[in-house]
Amino acid sequence: MTAPDPPPVPPPSDASVPPPDDASARPSLFAPAPGAAPVGRMLLAQTLFEVRLLLRNGEQLLLTAAIPVVLLWLLTAAPVFDTGDYERVDFLVPGILALCVMSTAFTSLAISTGYERRYGALKRLAVSPLPRWTLLLAKALTVLVIEAFQVVLVGGLGLALGWRPSGSPLAVAVLLVAGTLAFAGLGLLMAGTLRAEATLAAANLVYLLLLVLGGVVIPLSGFPSGLRTVLELTPAGALADGLRSVLADGAGLPWGSVAVLAAWALAGLTAAARWFRWE
Amino acid sequence: MSAVPAVEISSLVKRYGSTAAVDGLSFQVAAGTITAVLGPNGAGKTTTVEICEGFRRPDDGAVRVLGLDPWRDGAALRPRVGVMLQDGAGFYPGARPVELLTHLARLHASPLDVSMLVARLGLESLARGRAPLRRLSGGERQRVALAAALVGRPDLVFLDEPTAGLDPQGRRATWQLLDELRAAGVTVVLTTHLIDEAERLADHVVIIDAGRVLAEGTPQELTSGVSDDVIRFGGPPRLDVGSLRAALPAAATVREVAPGSYEVTAPVDPSLLATLTSWCAAQDILAEGLQVGRRSLEDVYLELIGASAGRTAP
Repeated sequence: MTAPDPPPVPPPSDASVPPPDDASARPSLFAPAPGAAPVGRMLLAQTLFEVRLLLRNGEQLLLTAAIPVVLLWLLTAAPVFDTGDYERVDFLVPGILALCVMSTAFTSLAISTGYERRYGALKRLAVSPLPRWTLLLAKALTVLVIEAFQVVLVGGLGLALGWRPSGSPLAVAVLLVAGTLAFAGLGLLMAGTLRAEATLAAANLVYLLLLVLGGVVIPLSGFPSGLRTVLELTPAGALADGLRSVLADGAGLPWGSVAVLAAWALAGLTAAARWFRWE
Repeated sequence: MSAVPAVEISSLVKRYGSTAAVDGLSFQVAAGTITAVLGPNGAGKTTTVEICEGFRRPDDGAVRVLGLDPWRDGAALRPRVGVMLQDGAGFYPGARPVELLTHLARLHASPLDVSMLVARLGLESLARGRAPLRRLSGGERQRVALAAALVGRPDLVFLDEPTAGLDPQGRRATWQLLDELRAAGVTVVLTTHLIDEAERLADHVVIIDAGRVLAEGTPQELTSGVSDDVIRFGGPPRLDVGSLRAALPAAATVREVAPGSYEVTAPVDPSLLATLTSWCAAQDILAEGLQVGRRSLEDVYLELIGASAGRTAP
């Protein structure tokens, strides 16, 4: 018995040298050697791939980075809305952080997933070695990575504009994660049931409505009390209120807001799991 | 060659609502061969392949791919199978071709070198450009999708209409590549509605329509079952084919298949040919492009599909 032949030696990858066209020169380039990569490596690869695509997408960056930064800067500089007892920047930073979560975990996730579905990327991945739970986890990690960038960006700008945060960072983290789950469930539900174009339109519309009505930059106290109650029960309203009570008022974990967000997360993720169509 | 079939489909049924897209279909794919599933649009080709890929669950019957059940054992099967979806679908719209291939390579244990794969498939110009996949033409996406099916070094590939939308040159390059895959020991299952593709490539052709197998075998087996040969020739339109038929043996048939284009079906021997040419001489006709031939796979296919359509027509 002799040892099996070694795998073919790759030709030098010099782009100026055209590869030989004689197939017999490389008889076993395609010789089968199947196998899945270790799951940890697949998770890392999928996450980095998705982060890279998002960071290169101009429209997504406008949504996740440019709009929050510009709004924070402009509205801090100019007294457009009455922020009541709060310093403007102290009122605005928690609202803008809620906007960041909404833009990444809802609008951006819904649009990108909707188009991945439309172009068959999800279907193609379903026949790759990547398990479905790994794909979902990679998407969740991608959202958290983008949000971490946003927190640094918005927090840094806020501090430069004189923001003085109070409260527990842990409570802030709990709210951000609960808000992420609430928005992600709704975003995936939309992406998995509507056409990609409809998702694009609806996700932007909801973003705009909640930007105006979700207590992000305009205090909910300015709205009539009936409407205000409804708005406080939206994920944006609950997240902005909760973040403001911690970061501006120095309160502990606002359980009411967490409960509202948890209810949205449960409903949205359950519905997405039930109705999401992969193709 | 392994005795265990790479794909084994028995009495497969898949219904959508009240219509059966696949209706009691059975065939086998021998390991290390190229099998073409040939049929018109809507014959059930894609449904069959997608059941083999684990996308759909059969309503009845059984499917084994590499000895595994694609619906239950998907996790074990997926690393061993390469898939090219129809229309070159299955890409991240914002990713560049090499990015996508590199990413898919990372999901496998010992993938092909992406730059080698790109060179082998002649994708260098796409690889150099910065255009994302959504901006590529249909044919370009097809070729990237084929590369994506191969990058994980699979035992078996399912290619759904791999040459649809390619120019003749691209089609020939793909055929050559599939020959190379077979030589390397990869089992290839492809769907096509192109008869010449099946005839040129496949070791085994399965002709299906309305979710059933109409015929299967090697291209030679499929065409040799028919004993009659064919003579084709051209001449002026509206010749008196009746007088030609009268001159030929009783078994012969003569048809003007298109104006000025004639077909004689009969057991061909030298005397038949002599009779034909002397009839032409008597009519003062110069027969153009006279051809003696076996019936092609196309003749067999059109006859089968025509008969199948006749049976199923309302």
